[in-house]
Amino acid sequence: MRNIFTFALILSAIRLTTPLLLAALGGLFSERSGVINIALEGLMLAGAFTAAAVTHYASVKGYPAAPWLGLLAAVVAGVLVAAIHAVACIRYRADQVVTGTAINLLFLGAPALIGGALFDATGSTPPIPIQNQLPNAPILIAFALVPLTWYVLNRTPFGLRLRAVGENPEAADTAGVSVARVRYTGVLLSGALAAIGGAYLAIGQSSFFTRNMSAGRGFIALAALIFGKWRPVQTMLACLLFGLAEAVAIQMQGVVKIPVQFITMIPYVLTMVVLAGFIGHSRAPRSLGLPYQKER
Amino acid sequence: MKLLRELLFPLIAVVAAFVVGGIVVLLIGDNPIETYKLLIGSALSWPDGIGYTLFYATPLIFTGLAVAVAFRCGLLNIGAEGQLYIAAFMTAWVGITLGNVSGWVLVPLLCLVAIVSGATWGAIPGLLKARFGSHEVINTIMLNFIAIALTNYFVQYHLKAPGDPIMQTGFIGRQNVPEGMEALKGINAHIPRLGAFVPGFPERIPLSVAFILALLACVAVYFFLWRTKWGYEIRATGANPSAAEYGGISVKKQIVLAMAVSGGLAGMVAINEVLGYRYRFYEGFSANYGFTGIAVALLGRNHPVGVLLSAIFFGALIRGGLFVDIFTDHVSKDLVQVIQAVVILFVAAEALFRGPFSRWGLLKRSKV
Repeated sequence: MRNIFTFALILSAIRLTTPLLLAALGGLFSERSGVINIALEGLMLAGAFTAAAVTHYASVKGYPAAPWLGLLAAVVAGVLVAAIHAVACIRYRADQVVTGTAINLLFLGAPALIGGALFDATGSTPPIPIQNQLPNAPILIAFALVPLTWYVLNRTPFGLRLRAVGENPEAADTAGVSVARVRYTGVLLSGALAAIGGAYLAIGQSSFFTRNMSAGRGFIALAALIFGKWRPVQTMLACLLFGLAEAVAIQMQGVVKIPVQFITMIPYVLTMVVLAGFIGHSRAPRSLGLPYQKER
Repeated sequence: MKLLRELLFPLIAVVAAFVVGGIVVLLIGDNPIETYKLLIGSALSWPDGIGYTLFYATPLIFTGLAVAVAFRCGLLNIGAEGQLYIAAFMTAWVGITLGNVSGWVLVPLLCLVAIVSGATWGAIPGLLKARFGSHEVINTIMLNFIAIALTNYFVQYHLKAPGDPIMQTGFIGRQNVPEGMEALKGINAHIPRLGAFVPGFPERIPLSVAFILALLACVAVYFFLWRTKWGYEIRATGANPSAAEYGGISVKKQIVLAMAVSGGLAGMVAINEVLGYRYRFYEGFSANYGFTGIAVALLGRNHPVGVLLSAIFFGALIRGGLFVDIFTDHVSKDLVQVIQAVVILFVAAEALFRGPFSRWGLLKRSKV
């Protein structure tokens, strides 16, 4: 037990936190605008697959900056997929949880379907060369985004509108804010950020895409967002806690007596506990999940 | 006319999803018409196609009913997956522990275990919502992961045969049988396959009595929701919680009740999978039945008859998908998952079709 908390463990925790943090901050923009985003998992998978596939092709063709092309493509894919969620929820007032679930299911199947046809594999992409793996830039992006998100949310007109639309869309509408436009921005931002998180999983921490490689990280990110009370700094702390739990679980595999499964459960149990109000109260944006229809 | 309208949007959603799926197939480089011919043909052949279609539909009827009952109470149960995991594990565990009990006692007992353990796991988010107001969607998602981790732990540390590389328990039922009578192994915990007593239906098809139970469950859910006081109160709560509360209905009680019934229905999947098919619990036994149940309920308009029809539809997709996987050049069975997801999207965003229809005057009394 003595030698578990080493420098290597902390580094590993930070690496494992990064995709969670990116997805959670994405979720923050969507949910603070009033749109539930349980599609984070699907958005991460979309980003991961696109990044791996594009980086593979760019590497084969010998383009410079292949991983960056992959990352860019992942962002585009994330925004496009988020647009499905946004249009269904905002324009057609679909149930946000149902739509999110559909997108998650879609990206369990779609990458395997497309990847299977493109690469003749069982839903995996071919590995990319080591030198074309993404450097550690997403770690910096993720942690730099925390103060930036705080600033945007609390000190800019856009942040004020985002919060207003999530809390009281009628009032925001009366004040001349376009509820739909602000919500579209929030949801599309969540797609971009979650996709970067997914891209980092596929071409940063790994060198290829495998089926369902996010393995529930989108949901852990959602848990962190709730545990962090929909605020950037607290959400980062929650992500670090969950990232650390994952790092400890990996390190302890077969070493210590506590079964790994119980460490895996930590984020989920903590989220339920905090949601029930046992550790401080976590209050959702008031209009979260409610479609808005302009009065005629 | 009312029936027609109920059928219209689900049908449009299905057709639209097939069109989207067809475009994907075309882009991948296969022929969509041939692919769909293969899909539908292999799902409807007699007896194998229909037998397997109904076999795959069985768990979906249970999960579809589960989601529908919760939905009628205004709750979204995304936790059917975790509920059926816990139920299947408990069923296998009790089935192994009490393996030597007579079949006349053991089989009904195991069915009860499946229902009660699913109901218990389902009631947790209900209780949390009733007591603390925490949202059932997040709690059911979390409980799915907790259920998978918990069962994983118990299988790995307590119930796995030593040295078995697969995460699975041993077989249920009596294992000590006299020499030369190996065919009797565990049979006291099995439910019969339909082939055993339906003439002309081969016994190799795993369609079992669980399918008949599923049909009975549809009837029972209809009776419960529309012919009993509890069912009425659940629907009243779903329609308008404040009005229900004013009408003297305890909304909190209904939330817990609806989630427990929902979990119990999801738990019945274990009867099909553990007592009727695999005779053990193993990790990953559920092909996303819990999540597909959401699609089944939505497409079936949260009505038992609709659930039955859409479960058979999705069962046919699963069956046909396996053939598409093998007999086309590029398309894999993941096509089915894509079609499922697109069906959910189109059903959820129904307003997409409502707009044009009311503009053309086809839907005069449309609510939107």
